[in-house]
This record gives sequence, C-alpha cells and structure tokens, in this order.
Amino acid sequence: MNTNSIQPEGITGVVDRVVARWRHDPTCMVQILREVQETCDWLPPEAIDRTQELLGVPRTSIEGVAHFYSFFYTQPRGLYRILVSDNITDRMLGNMALLDRLCQSLWVEPGKVSEDGLVSVDTTSDTGMGDQGPALLVNNYAVTRLSEARVDEIVDLVRGKVPLAQWPADYFKVEDNVRRADIMLGHALKPGDALRAAWGRAPAAMLEEIKRSNLRGRGGAGFTTGLKWEACRNAPLKAGQQRIVVCNADEGEPGTFKDRVLLASHADLVFEGMTVAAYAVGATRGFLYLRGEYRHLLDSLNGVLERRRQEGLLGKGILGVPGADFDIEIHLGAGAYICGEESALIESLEGKRGTPRNRPPFPVTNGYQDQPTIVNNVETFAAAALIAVHGGDWYASIGTKQSAGTKILSVSGDCERPGLYEYPFGVTVRQVLEDCGARDTQAVQVSGPSGVCVGAGEFDRRIGFEDIPTAGAFMVFDQSRDMFEVARNFVHFFQHESCGFCTPCRVGTSLLKNMMDKLHKGLGSRFDFAEIEQLNQLLKATSHCGLGHTACNPVLDTVAKFRPAYDQRLRRQDFMPAFDLDMALAEARQMTGRQDSGAHFKTEFGEG
Amino acid sequence: MSDTFTLDGKTISFTEGQTIMQAATDAGVYIPHLCYLPELKPHGSCKLCTVKINGRETSSCTMRAAAGMVVESDTEEINSQRRALIHMLFVEGNHLCPTCEVSGNCKLQATAYHLGFMSPQFDHFFPIRRVDASHPDIWLDFNRCILCSLCVQASRDVDGKNVFGLSGRGIKSRLIVNSKSGKLADTDMAVTDKAAQVCPVGVILKKRTAFKTPIGERTYDKKPISEVPDTPAKER
Ligand SMILES: Cc1cc2nc3c(=O)[nH]c(=O)nc-3n(C[C@H](O)[C@H](O)[C@H](O)COP(=O)(O)O)c2cc1C
Ligand code: SF4
Ligand code: SF4
Ligand code: FES
Repeated sequence: MNTNSIQPEGITGVVDRVVARWRHDPTCMVQILREVQETCDWLPPEAIDRTQELLGVPRTSIEGVAHFYSFFYTQPRGLYRILVSDNITDRMLGNMALLDRLCQSLWVEPGKVSEDGLVSVDTTSDTGMGDQGPALLVNNYAVTRLSEARVDEIVDLVRGKVPLAQWPADYFKVEDNVRRADIMLGHALKPGDALRAAWGRAPAAMLEEIKRSNLRGRGGAGFTTGLKWEACRNAPLKAGQQRIVVCNADEGEPGTFKDRVLLASHADLVFEGMTVAAYAVGATRGFLYLRGEYRHLLDSLNGVLERRRQEGLLGKGILGVPGADFDIEIHLGAGAYICGEESALIESLEGKRGTPRNRPPFPVTNGYQDQPTIVNNVETFAAAALIAVHGGDWYASIGTKQSAGTKILSVSGDCERPGLYEYPFGVTVRQVLEDCGARDTQAVQVSGPSGVCVGAGEFDRRIGFEDIPTAGAFMVFDQSRDMFEVARNFVHFFQHESCGFCTPCRVGTSLLKNMMDKLHKGLGSRFDFAEIEQLNQLLKATSHCGLGHTACNPVLDTVAKFRPAYDQRLRRQDFMPAFDLDMALAEARQMTGRQDSGAHFKTEFGEG
Repeated sequence: MSDTFTLDGKTISFTEGQTIMQAATDAGVYIPHLCYLPELKPHGSCKLCTVKINGRETSSCTMRAAAGMVVESDTEEINSQRRALIHMLFVEGNHLCPTCEVSGNCKLQATAYHLGFMSPQFDHFFPIRRVDASHPDIWLDFNRCILCSLCVQASRDVDGKNVFGLSGRGIKSRLIVNSKSGKLADTDMAVTDKAAQVCPVGVILKKRTAFKTPIGERTYDKKPISEVPDTPAKER
C-alpha cells in the first residue's frame, strides 16, 4: 500500500516481474494490470507494450480491458488517487460537501488531476462501507468515517507526500458492526470441522444434504443451490477439463456489505463452504472473485489460504486423503459492478472485459474456460459449511417454507445502529426497523437499487423469497429524505455501471439519467413519465442481463409510491424543452468560479 | 432429422442446433437484425432480433430453436420496441444520412425504413468521435459505429488478424484498432479483408469508391431490406 517508485526496476522490470508471477497467463490479464498499476500508479504505454510482448496477445485485448474497469488508468492520475464513495447513504452523510472541501484544499477539480500531478479526486460507486460512511478509497484502500477533520488531515498527508503506509492506521479501520448474530455470524465452528463432517459422507450424500436443506442462493436470484451443484456434478468433462468452484465476492449492489464482514471475520467458514462444494461436485480448482474496493482484505485472505494449506485443509490431499485436491486463487476486481453477474464474472476471471455471455449454455456446463462451473455468493458458501456440520434437515427447519435458514441484512441510512443483522427468513421490515433504531421512516430500499422500495404502508411485509427477496441491502430513509433524489442517485449508478454490450441498456440508462437530471433541474413535464414508463418496458423486454432489466425499477417504484416528490419538480404539465438559458451559463460560471445570484438568470431548485 | 416451431403462425422447420434466426432465414422469413451475419458467430448485442418465445422476449440470433416453440416477431408491440432500439442507435452516434456515402446501402437506415421509423423521440447525444484516414485504401468514420462487433469477429475469425476490438464501457464503449498509434495504417488490414466488407453502417469505407453507385440505385433503394438476403457489401 504505497505511492511507489518504480525505480530501480523500471517499467519493463515491473511488468516482467508481475507477468512472471501470474505465470505468463493471459487469462490473468486483470490481475496483471492491477499489480502493474499498484507499482506504476497508472498503466503507461510502455507497460502495455511490454505486457503485449510478453503475453503475445493483440494490443486491443489489453487496451479493451484497461478501458473497461473504472480503477484502471491509462492516463496519469497522480500519486494519490482518491475516490469518494457516492451511494445515496454517503450523500445523506454529507459526502459531497466533504468532496468539495477536499478538492478546494487540494486545488483540484473533481474528476481531474492536480496541476502538479500529485493527486486526483473523483467519485465512485458505493464502496461497501454503508455502515461507516462517508467513505473513500485512496489508491484502492478504504478510508471510513470521513469528517471535516479527517479530510483536512488527509489534505496535509497528501501535500506532505506521506506514503500511505505511514498514514494513521485508524483511517483504514473497518468495523464489523455485527448487531444481531444468528446461526451464521454466531457459529462456533473451528477450521476443518465442516470438512471432516463432509468427508464423513460420500460426495453424492453431501450433495443430498444440500438439497435437503432447501438452501437458495444469497446473491439475489435465489436459485436452489442443490440443483445448481447437481447440474455441475453431472456435466460431462472433456479431455483435460476440470470442474470449477467460484465464490462471488463482488458485492457491488449499493448498500450491501455483509460479504465484507464474512470475509474479514469468517473467512475460514467461507473457504470451508467452497471446499465442501468442491467435494460435492467433484471440483479441483476454485476462485474467490473479490471486488476491487475490498483490496484491504486481500493480504489477510491470502494468509488464511496459506494457513489452510499448511493445516492440510486446502491444496493436495485434503485431510490427508490422497486425491482429495482443491485449491483456491483470489482474483481482485477493478471497479465494475457488472462483474457480479456470474457470466461477466467468469469473463473477468478469464482476463477479459466483463460483459455477460449469451445463455444458454450456462456456467454449470460451460463456465470458466468452458468447464463446468458453479458460481455462488459468499453467504451461500458459508451456509453450505454450516449444513455440512449440522445437516440439511436442521437448516430446512429454520426460516420459512420457501426460504430456509437465515439472511444477513446490511442495514444503513437513517437509523441509530447501522450494521449487520442476521435473522431467520420471514422477519418483517418493521421488526428490522425497530431493532436498528429507525424513527420516522418514510421508506426502505430492500436489496439495493435493483431491489424494491418499500413504503410505510408495507412495513409488515416479510423478508424472504415468498414476499421480499433480497441480496442483503436494507437502506433506511426517514421523512426528511427526498425520494426523488434517492431514485436519481440509483439511476446514475446504473448508467455508470452499464457494461455497454447491448443497445437498450447502453443507451437506455443514459436516456434515463438525462431525464432524471432534467426533472431534477425543474425542467420536466408529465410527458417524461410516459417516456420513462416506455423505456422501462423496453429495458425489461430487450436487455441482455439483469442490470438492464432492473435499471428502471427505482424510478418506477418511487413514481408509484412517492409521486409528490416528482410532482414538486414539474413546472408545466406537458412538454418542457431540455434547454434552459441559465443552465447554458453553467460552464461560464464554473470557469469564472462564480456562484452569486448575479451569475444566474433566476434561482435554481436547490441541490440535494 | 427436422423438427418445427411456429413463427407468427407460420410453421418453420429447423435442424438440431439451429437458432431461430437461422431457421427463419432458411425459410425465407425476415427477422430484423444488425449484429448478425450468417457466416459469423452470433454476437447478440443489438437486440433488434428480439422475438417473443412462448410469451418471453429473447434474442432470436442466439436462441436455439426447439420443437413446438411459439415465436412471435412481426407484431406491433415488438416492432415498436425495435423502432425504439433503432432510434437509440441513431441518437448515440452521429448519423447524418443525407451526407453519408453509404446512404442506401446502410442496414441501420434500411431497417429504420422497414420498421416505419418516423418521429424522433429521444434527444441526440452528439458524441465527439474521430475519423481515421491514415490507411491508403480505407477510411474509418467512428461517428457511425453501432458497436455490432462484426468487424472484430470477421478480422479475428476469418482474416486471422485481430485488427479491431471493443474498448471502453457503457455509453463510452468504442471501437479501437490494433496498433500502438491507434491508427489503421499501422495495422495489417487490407482492403480485401473480410473485416472491410461486413460493416452494416458507414464506418469502414473503401476510399475512392464513394459515389460509384449513385444514390437512388443502391441496394436498399431498390428493394426493402426484408427482401435482400445478407451478402457481403462488395457483392451488393
Ligand atoms: C448486474 C448483476 C450484478 C450481480 N452482482 C452480484 C454480486 O455482487 N454478488 C453476488 O453474489 N451475486 C451477484 N449477482 C448474481 C449472480 O449473477 C449470481 O446469480 C449469483 O452469484 C449466484 O450465486 P447464488 O446462487 O449463491 O446467489 C449479480 C447479478 C447481476 C445481474
Ligand atoms: S443489460 Fe446492460 S449490463 Fe447487461 S449486457 Fe446489456 S449493457 Fe451490459
Ligand atoms: S465499425 Fe461497423 S462492423 Fe465494426 S463494430 Fe462498428 S458498426 Fe460494427
Ligand atoms: S441480431 Fe440478434 S442481437 Fe443483434
């Protein structure tokens, strides 16, 4: 964690070292570029030249990757690259004022590099610190609990060119904030317990146990885990192929941070679950795909893997059984929400741009390098480890009929005690609100921007696949919040994260963003609602993947439930042109640094 | 062995492994499409070929046909979605048909006509995109690129060259060229390459041929796109 100097290796030396470390393997392209950038601070053309020479791949396949992921830079971005988390919950905690303060003190414009080339400041999608925001990333390391004082200190450290390693450790402290623990967060298993329990059965019997548990995926879609594993186990292998287990730790859905805690404090349970899966499906290779925002976890996770190898819980001959081979490699993402989608994740693992594949075929038969692959969420694997020990019937007896077991909710927003709450499925929204100390609640966004917005009249609804399914996010908004701005923030998120592969989502999310910005500026009309409704139909019907399918959800939900928030932004009843004389002067105001009333034609609606 | 499904009520036979698009094309039924060419692997990105199978929308160029499927394509609902998609492609780039040298040979324009696309609905983005005139025989006008990826595939899979690739993300996605300079002149592209024949719009243009065929006598001036089988541009 350093603002490094590339001396004495030189750029070529850095690339040679990194490429060798990744076995000269082009499928590790994302990891190679990431590590080169960690040393060089960006990806200079010479680094791309050298990578191309060493790997012998077309230059387009390196540049295509470098330009796909938000965290890769092909232009210098400074020794300190600061990205302020910009989820709605960060906004509610005043991240924009802190961003302004940072930029003004450092003499840098948002999105740009300072003139001396020292520092750049920009925003980024939610960094997974919703319980301890506002947050930022500096050279991909998370800094939490920002305040004016902390921002001022950061400014001094940057100006003094103090290496990141010497910044106060307290900045980088990430709390678990476990508020309610149940069978998972409160488990008492020791490393190896779940493996010994699994190995005590035949692999097919282990699979049976998972099926009997009724475990469903925790990544959002809720697919039955036993069926997925069975399909992978039964998929034929071609010569030289093996089965693959992938743990999806991309955790990109804004407002979600439970996988972060599972990996920080229960990594053994997660790796154990992956190993149980490998045993059940007959897999020999595993990956953990960790979002780039969780760079701070990488070294300790690699440490856990190494310890497990030494303890005979991973690698060759697990538990001393000859032929029981399974190992796990960690790949880090680089700022792309779409890489949480399982087929895009696999593309990224293969060193490519993260665009979702055409399906069928599905990963269970044709996944990583065309081999049978299961992709499961972190929490799903942790549950599998519990099931290995306690059995499927025990697990199925917890929760509700169609939603067995517990669910960890990541609670953030307007409440006294943000953090993790683990409940048996079936808990009401009201109960969660009570437990987290929420008052005057106007709405809860369950499962993030692609989930549902639950209004006050619906708080007796229950968390579970029967009623409100969730990947875990639970963002609370009290009566003082403007639900239009919540939706607008989410729309900006989808626009930023659309991978651009398919027409409807690539263009549609931009159109939607423009419409929401137009409404925000008070230039909207009723006509725009009809347009949004039409866009929604189109995106649902024709998008290539889930991102496009759900991109209009936040707007439709809030239009339906919080119409006054929209109505107050309508100036006229019908068509309003998008051109506004005062807006047209915005650029001139920015250039001259003027914001006084004389620089405006009339008062705009307030921001926020 | 041959099975059948229905497409807008018409019985279509197919062989094992064929997509709906392939079977429909063999049967002489047109489904609008831009990123599909029979000789290349389906890309599945433009979504113009969206059909409803048993009530659910799917891309017909990538979906394998199965016996008994009930497929709808030429319905007002689907065609209006296609018109919106066409419009999206128009507004995200810079398409000035009256001044474009492929006007009349352009699949985007011809598909728009076929679908009866008329009134503009969305505001234009007016992106700033480059033109690359470095190559002795070929122009690249990126203003019109619809990111269909056909040139990428043709160069890689047919020419064995990898001259093109996709870069960027989201609305900033763009086509790039495989050279350090980013210029086409510094690649091994030849005007005879398959990649020079497949562009459905007017990005990859052969120099000195611009108005050989006068406007009014071009492929889609004479026949609607639904009646013109997919053939490489040079044979049109
Ligand atoms: C746009 C998009 C983003 C996704 N992000 C994640 C993610 O961050 N983590 C995750 O586990 N699943 C994510 N998913 C769901 C995965 O595609 C996949 O269904 C899941 O990893 C399967 O694991 P499970 O069955 O254990 O839930 C995402 C899906 C989409 C469409
Ligand atoms: S829906 Fe959006 S994210 Fe998904 S493939 Fe299409 S452009 Fe990419
Ligand atoms: S240049 Fe033409 S063929 Fe290539 S991606 Fe763009 S539109 Fe498609
Ligand atoms: S032709 Fe099927 S998606 Fe483009």
